[in-house]
Amino acid sequence: MKMTGAKMVVEALHQEGVETVFGYPGGAIMNVYDEIYKQTNFKHILNRHEQSSIIAAEGYARATGKTGVAIVTSGPGFTNAVTGLADAYMDSIPLVVISGQVPTTIIGTDGFQEIDAVGISRPCTKHNYLVNRIEDLPKILKEAFHIASTGRPGPVHVDIPKDITAEVADFEYPKEVDLPTYKPTVNYNKKQLKKAMNAIANAKKPLLYIGGGAILSNCAYEIRELAEKLNIPAVETLMARGVMDDKNPLFFGMLGMHGEYAANMAAYETDLLISLGARFDDRVTGRLDEFASKAEVIHIDIDPTSIAKLVRPDYPIVGDLKVTVKAMLEASNDLEINDFSNWVELLRDYREQEPLRFIDSDTVIKPQWAVKRIGELLDDKAIISTDVGQHQMWAAQFYPFSFPRQWCTSGGLGTMGFGLPAAMGVAKALEDTDKVSVNITGDGSILMNIQELTTCVEYNIPVINVILNNNYLGMVRQWQTMFYENRLSETDLSSQPDFVKLVEAFGGLGYRVSTKEEFDAAIKDAVEKKKPAMIDVVVARNEDVLPMVPNGHALNEMTLLTGGDNE
Amino acid sequence: MNNFNHYYDSETTRQVISVIVMNEHNVLSRIVGLFSARGYNIDSLTVAPIEGSQYSRMTIVTTGEQRVIDQIVKQLNKLIPVLKVNEHKNVIEKDTVLMKFSVDNNLSDIDVITRAYHGSIQNVTDDTIVVAATDSSHRIMNFIKVMQKFNPLEVVRSGIVAMER
Repeated sequence: MKMTGAKMVVEALHQEGVETVFGYPGGAIMNVYDEIYKQTNFKHILNRHEQSSIIAAEGYARATGKTGVAIVTSGPGFTNAVTGLADAYMDSIPLVVISGQVPTTIIGTDGFQEIDAVGISRPCTKHNYLVNRIEDLPKILKEAFHIASTGRPGPVHVDIPKDITAEVADFEYPKEVDLPTYKPTVNYNKKQLKKAMNAIANAKKPLLYIGGGAILSNCAYEIRELAEKLNIPAVETLMARGVMDDKNPLFFGMLGMHGEYAANMAAYETDLLISLGARFDDRVTGRLDEFASKAEVIHIDIDPTSIAKLVRPDYPIVGDLKVTVKAMLEASNDLEINDFSNWVELLRDYREQEPLRFIDSDTVIKPQWAVKRIGELLDDKAIISTDVGQHQMWAAQFYPFSFPRQWCTSGGLGTMGFGLPAAMGVAKALEDTDKVSVNITGDGSILMNIQELTTCVEYNIPVINVILNNNYLGMVRQWQTMFYENRLSETDLSSQPDFVKLVEAFGGLGYRVSTKEEFDAAIKDAVEKKKPAMIDVVVARNEDVLPMVPNGHALNEMTLLTGGDNE
Repeated sequence: MNNFNHYYDSETTRQVISVIVMNEHNVLSRIVGLFSARGYNIDSLTVAPIEGSQYSRMTIVTTGEQRVIDQIVKQLNKLIPVLKVNEHKNVIEKDTVLMKFSVDNNLSDIDVITRAYHGSIQNVTDDTIVVAATDSSHRIMNFIKVMQKFNPLEVVRSGIVAMER
């Protein structure tokens, strides 16, 4: 069938089963937007900044596992989108981002709103394309969706010049992708797996070190089964929160810079570290040569470059995590496996000695209390998104996560401004369920994409933003206090808008709360009214995120909370 | 756990890598960008299409610790348009140099030395003479060093091409 390039884009999205697209129109992408106007197969959400379009698509992808889609125009439209692309790249989130480009005849002449988009997106995408000929467009779109969602997922950027979207050609959407140069390894090496299983059988203190790959390959329940069947304790990275279920007796918390005492001690003492889709990020390992220094390492990852990038594993296994964990479960049937109950007991002792805690107050809301309280009120009904900073760490530490994809945070890139658009994507993805999309944010981060309140109001996307407001750029303030002799350089955010009036001006619900009773009432009211809301929580100003492993230190060298009673 | 500091000797090695890539827009910038983004060295890079196919061969000479070289190979393999990456162990390497001299030099000396490096005179004008030599990389470097005494006006090297024995 003959059609324009613009129609091809819309048709391809339809054939890929896309239901929601986030985006923002502009000159070079107008032909595509004209076709969007004429179609009914997918809904388009008009964000108020391109960065938010990409992040909303990420939220959608993180909540569902499907590929998120965003469309932006050339030049500034595209450059605004770059932070979102980089964010998705660092956290391996499947996205297809389509940008308009000036006509091929203008490319290279510094035309209006021209920028070398593929030149910019190359280091922050899994792959990118500049469409030079209309004949290539169907194949490129098909490949983009294939590459984004297979292997180690990631964002794919397709830059389409305006004359290509206007040109007419035959359209046949390919059924399959044939890329001789792209064949991700799904199946693990059987010999290696056998060796690894023998190591597990003979270990004394094995530890499951679970990363974001467990979410991406949808194998949380297989990992729980593995832990329970072999009685192996587990810890999670920031990206893996929700995999184990915090109530699981074999789960010992998040590890890393702000990890729980038991989790960090587990990593310090283990004699066999079983890495499941994790990548030894510096925020996890602390001082690298001390990380799990008593352990052999099994490293399972779909991306060969993750293996032996930072640590040299004794048992490297390249493969899809779900496939591999299933094989581990099966292989364990034929093995006599050590009893690890003493090891599990030891970790329970650690947890009892030094549980994750904070010192509560009757006069002021502690930010940790607020997170915990949301957990008590909403529990598994809420999907939690965050921005970046202290509130993010408190959310990771104190929210009682119980299932995968309940947690949506910017881990790798650490993008302030992520929370609101991401929570919007989550809410859109789960609009037909009883889930509540909550964005736990800070008074610094929320202002970085505040314009999205308009989007939420326009489409009635009921995101509940909970600002843990300490009038500081809190995480930087904490570092300044700890490592810069309390010189608070440019971190005092006392000058800020009236958030209640602000959200009301946008057309949403506003609350300011400073007592626990008001907090409860605000959450309940916002959940009930199912409207975009913002709850400005006045919290204790100088609270630190603890435990903390100072930069360059080993995980067992934690700064712990002192004072108060252990709960 | 094994930390790299203890594992590999941190000696720098030189590695010749050939990369078979799809002939497409942007592919060279992907390869070069990968090296610069991750702080890897490129000592030499040559590219030419492979006859009768949709692929090109890039020959890259790099230096680094073994750990870095392993990562380079894996990172190259991860790029979508890369078909194959060969880490060469036993190769014939050739490098070509073009050198231009003033004709005021002793031309017979230039000719003799050039021939000793498997080279020859390519062109002579009223003012200048151009010689070319093709040989292994370290011999070419020697050749350039030796020829310095004739005050070369211009030196152009091709970069290295390599083939497994």
